[in-house]
Amino acid sequence: MSLTTDDVKKIAHLARLGIDESDIESYAKDLSRMLDLMTQMSELNTDDVIPMAHPMDQVQRLRPDTVTERNNREQFQVIAPQVEAGLYLVPKVIE
Amino acid sequence: MHNKSITDLAKGLRSGEFSSVELTQAFLDRIKRHSSLNCYITVTEDLALQEAKAADDRIAKGDATLLTGIPIAQKDIFCTQGVKTTCGSKMLDNFIAPYNATVVEKFNQAGSVMLGKLNMDEFAMGSSNETSYYGAVRNPWDHNAIPGGSSGGSAAAVAAGLAVCATGTDTGGSIRQPASHCGITGLKPTYGRVSRYGMIAYASSLDQGGPMARSAEDAAIMLQVMAGFDERDSTSVDLPVPDYRAELNNSIEGLKIGLPKEFFGAGLNSEVAAVIEAAVNEYRKLGAHIKEVSMPNLKLAIPAYYVIASAECSANLSRFDGVRYGYRCANPEDLTDLYTRSRGEGFGKEVKRRILMGTYALSAGYYDAYYIKAQKVRRLISDDFKKALSEVDVIMGPVAPSAAFRIGEKIGNPIEMYLSDIYTIAINLAGLPAMSIPAGVVGGKPVGLQIIGNYFAEHRLLNIAHQYQQVTDWHQQSPKGFE
Repeated sequence: MSLTTDDVKKIAHLARLGIDESDIESYAKDLSRMLDLMTQMSELNTDDVIPMAHPMDQVQRLRPDTVTERNNREQFQVIAPQVEAGLYLVPKVIE
Repeated sequence: MHNKSITDLAKGLRSGEFSSVELTQAFLDRIKRHSSLNCYITVTEDLALQEAKAADDRIAKGDATLLTGIPIAQKDIFCTQGVKTTCGSKMLDNFIAPYNATVVEKFNQAGSVMLGKLNMDEFAMGSSNETSYYGAVRNPWDHNAIPGGSSGGSAAAVAAGLAVCATGTDTGGSIRQPASHCGITGLKPTYGRVSRYGMIAYASSLDQGGPMARSAEDAAIMLQVMAGFDERDSTSVDLPVPDYRAELNNSIEGLKIGLPKEFFGAGLNSEVAAVIEAAVNEYRKLGAHIKEVSMPNLKLAIPAYYVIASAECSANLSRFDGVRYGYRCANPEDLTDLYTRSRGEGFGKEVKRRILMGTYALSAGYYDAYYIKAQKVRRLISDDFKKALSEVDVIMGPVAPSAAFRIGEKIGNPIEMYLSDIYTIAINLAGLPAMSIPAGVVGGKPVGLQIIGNYFAEHRLLNIAHQYQQVTDWHQQSPKGFE
């Protein structure tokens, strides 16, 4: 299984991940080698096996629907890159 | 003082032989003297001395725990309120955590002193500590060798006596492999035993925090504090926590040890194999019985792990978007540019590789072939362990195929680096507890023995490790220059 530089660009876009143009080739090579490794799994017949998402097959624990968290907005926004009037600022989305 | 056990230090603190302030200062001095190892990302000197003063007061009042006044250090993956928490990444170089991880909170309640935050592979992705934004950590046994990863700073700091003990996390071997390479004792608990709240997520179905210490007894004391149910972690397991020190001295006569033949194949360095054989022989002398077991699907653990871990990492790391905290690129043109460049500039190469891999494995058309397939293989591997552990009490084997390799040796070849995790990775897929204890030296560098137990059998593992440490002294050896 081998990935092209176009494949890498497409995946990087899906992940919103900036990749330097000069590195794309080496990512394509590394990812292709990783996929070769992963293709080894196809040797094994797993038709009747139930996928295992968590050790011990845990399921999500439920709790009473009550408020447990305080509003910590000010504390959290101290570490934000850019805030104004309690809002996170990003470049304009709608002209 | 730097190589004493926790119980000896606690005695010294109580008898007034030394104060926690003196003990803490001694460690702070050592950290400065050996800063070239690059173990610490942040040293919290003022905070440590304040905590030490408070610990001395608490000891004087007589309500101290064993860890009160003991200087420890946290892997920089655990959030510490008011203290920079980087996870080894440029992405979080400016991140002051607004809350404490549960593990940190528990050590604070016990009264331990935090010396600082330890270096690690970026977002815990790596087996050599070379992917850290803050530079590689040097192995105190050989300054040109890696300390292992991802908890490389933790292992090197404990081995060099720059902390009494340290926390680590283990997603595919990140406690056990550095413990092995630095000659210390490390325990990865059962998945769900230690809270993951405030522990920055890499692969949530595999990540588990645990103790890294100079002996099984010290690890038991740490785990006592770390373990337990936490309603803030949705996968935390609500089971009583046993007294981990209560069974340390039990005899292990009649213990059934399984040796998986797949752990001793062609990839294993012959000198490491000889160390493991000698350690197993030591157990035979202590009355254990040895049996061969089989893990037929072991070799597929690496592909299954790298699909699952990459998939979970690509989802977990999507939260780093340059909007709410962490790194933001300069002058973004629009929102997409803000996301793309902040992430592109904030993450290092190995993290990007895994995000790309995970994104691909989860994308339309490939989900079944990679992600679901890997989860099926995961079950088969887990079943192999269940079967083996129905025949024996514990499984033993190597932790890594060789002693610590040289800095720079494998960093250019990610696949080769991944393959070095072969003996540790499967345990995370199954969610089992496992330890690494020092068992010998190869070429001047330590080698660990891995002990794998059944779910929630940490007390048993600690007992088995402690019994070995009563009849051997590998765990008491210090690297040259750090005695």
